[in-house]
Amino acid sequence: MTLDTIWVYAEGDSDALSSTTQELLTKARDLADTVAVVYAGDGDDISDHAGEYGAETVYATGDLEGALVGVPVAAAIAAAVETGDGPDAVLLGTSYDGRDIAARLSVALDATVISNVVDIEVDGDSLVGTEPIFGGTSDIKTKFTADGVKILLVRPKSFEAEPSGGDSADVEDLDVPDLGSSGGATVTNRHAEESEGPKLDEAALVVAGGRGLGQAESYEMVEQLAAKLKGAAGASRAIVDAGWVPYSSQVGQTGKVVKPSVYIAAGISGATQHLVGMKGSKNIIAINKDPEAPIFGVADLGIVGDVHKVIPKLLEALEAR
Amino acid sequence: MKVAVCVKQIPDPADPGALDPETRTLKRDVKLILDESDSYGVEMALQLVDTAGGGEVVLVSMAPNSERSGLSTALAMGADSATLVSDPALVGSDALTTAKILAKVIGEQSPDLVIAGSESSDGYTGTVPEQIAGVLGWPSVTAAKAVEVSGSSMNVQRQTDAGYDEVECPLPAVISVTAGVVEPRYPSFKGIMAAKSKPVEEKTVADLGMSADQVGWAGSGQEVVSVVDAPVREAGEKIEDDGEAHLKIIDFLESVKAI
Repeated sequence: MTLDTIWVYAEGDSDALSSTTQELLTKARDLADTVAVVYAGDGDDISDHAGEYGAETVYATGDLEGALVGVPVAAAIAAAVETGDGPDAVLLGTSYDGRDIAARLSVALDATVISNVVDIEVDGDSLVGTEPIFGGTSDIKTKFTADGVKILLVRPKSFEAEPSGGDSADVEDLDVPDLGSSGGATVTNRHAEESEGPKLDEAALVVAGGRGLGQAESYEMVEQLAAKLKGAAGASRAIVDAGWVPYSSQVGQTGKVVKPSVYIAAGISGATQHLVGMKGSKNIIAINKDPEAPIFGVADLGIVGDVHKVIPKLLEALEAR
Repeated sequence: MKVAVCVKQIPDPADPGALDPETRTLKRDVKLILDESDSYGVEMALQLVDTAGGGEVVLVSMAPNSERSGLSTALAMGADSATLVSDPALVGSDALTTAKILAKVIGEQSPDLVIAGSESSDGYTGTVPEQIAGVLGWPSVTAAKAVEVSGSSMNVQRQTDAGYDEVECPLPAVISVTAGVVEPRYPSFKGIMAAKSKPVEEKTVADLGMSADQVGWAGSGQEVVSVVDAPVREAGEKIEDDGEAHLKIIDFLESVKAI
């Protein structure tokens, strides 16, 4: 059993679709006969990429002139649904914009959202989402019980992305209706922080620091180790909340989901909120003073010791190689 | 300037919760606390009112029982009053229903600005702030890390994957804030004493002009069909650092071809 049509909200640009969008399109092909994407921009920019992952059509809003995408994109999808041209389900990645659109769309259609989804199955003419709770110790399955469009917010890295090798997708206009004052939030300036090395959620190796570092200055050795191993530096929620590192570095339930080949947790105790964001890593190394720290429960190699002693020696030894 | 802050009272995350097998909702019969994520919103509201030279900070919350301990914390930080929608019928409400209820209360309060945490620490759907804005028909800026109000609009620094955007937004509006953007103050002894006499108004679903079948499980459009244990990851070797543990790490990294 499959649904007729699923729309995936596409993030990315003319260079590539985001990895989450590729994952969602791959899954959508299993769930529905027809897959299309919604894009906030010029549809021609992504029509080749979208087709490659199985989308038949790109519904594009065109240039939104700096407006935050939540309100206009949701209004455009809702307008299509009202004229009978909409999908059975909309899949969005859990990102800043994905959440905004899902939330606005749910209000516009008076339809519930299933959030934090890591797996999706068809059940009759409905969908069932799987969501991890309690830091991933349990999974709940939640089914849509109402008719109408099903909206799912899917966590990154829930599915393996696989191209379908399809032809370039058709591009169609998705008209944005008049938004009134609700669409008044407009970007006036964009600031990109310079970052070296791979992105946290794409890196093959991640070194993350936690409260066990003791002070903000000690985070530098986490960054040094990440750089030395050509990986990315991450952080637990505790030290983000403390203001040592920016939110963009946070790994966990709140924050980024990472699945690197190697994850090194330095001074992280392993609260459930953290584990849910990293326990899909292939290999986990944990360094922590407390032998009872929950992080050791998921570590392939656990070092009971002081990060301030182990990491400098590790850096030195790597330097000498 | 009047700022409404949405706050949630949750079980202490240090003592992870459990699902009630009957209702398949989070057990909330334990003592609830103010979600730490919301303390940033409360702090930001207090600072904005301060900067504006006066005004008030009102709290809006919802809970199936008459729980107030988390509200007391926020009142002790300096918020002026609170409205708590409390009704047994609320059990099982989805994020959209939650937003509809909070938006009703906020509509009655007519604030200039609504602040909410980006996501709660327990349910973490992360959609409620934007849904509130949708129900009210107001603009919104999620993932705000700094806010400057001038007259009838505000300039917000909004987090992005690459850094941040400056966003201009007319008021009234809704913003969501992530943890760490401000330093939440600790309630002073004076604040704790003052909180005891601050008004907390309790409302039921009916008081808001809504019926029981519009909220809770009945109104939610989704149901939990099963709860299963997630696959467990096996732990590997655990060793005590004898001064040479870094060599173990190097061996491990070599064995998985990371170096």
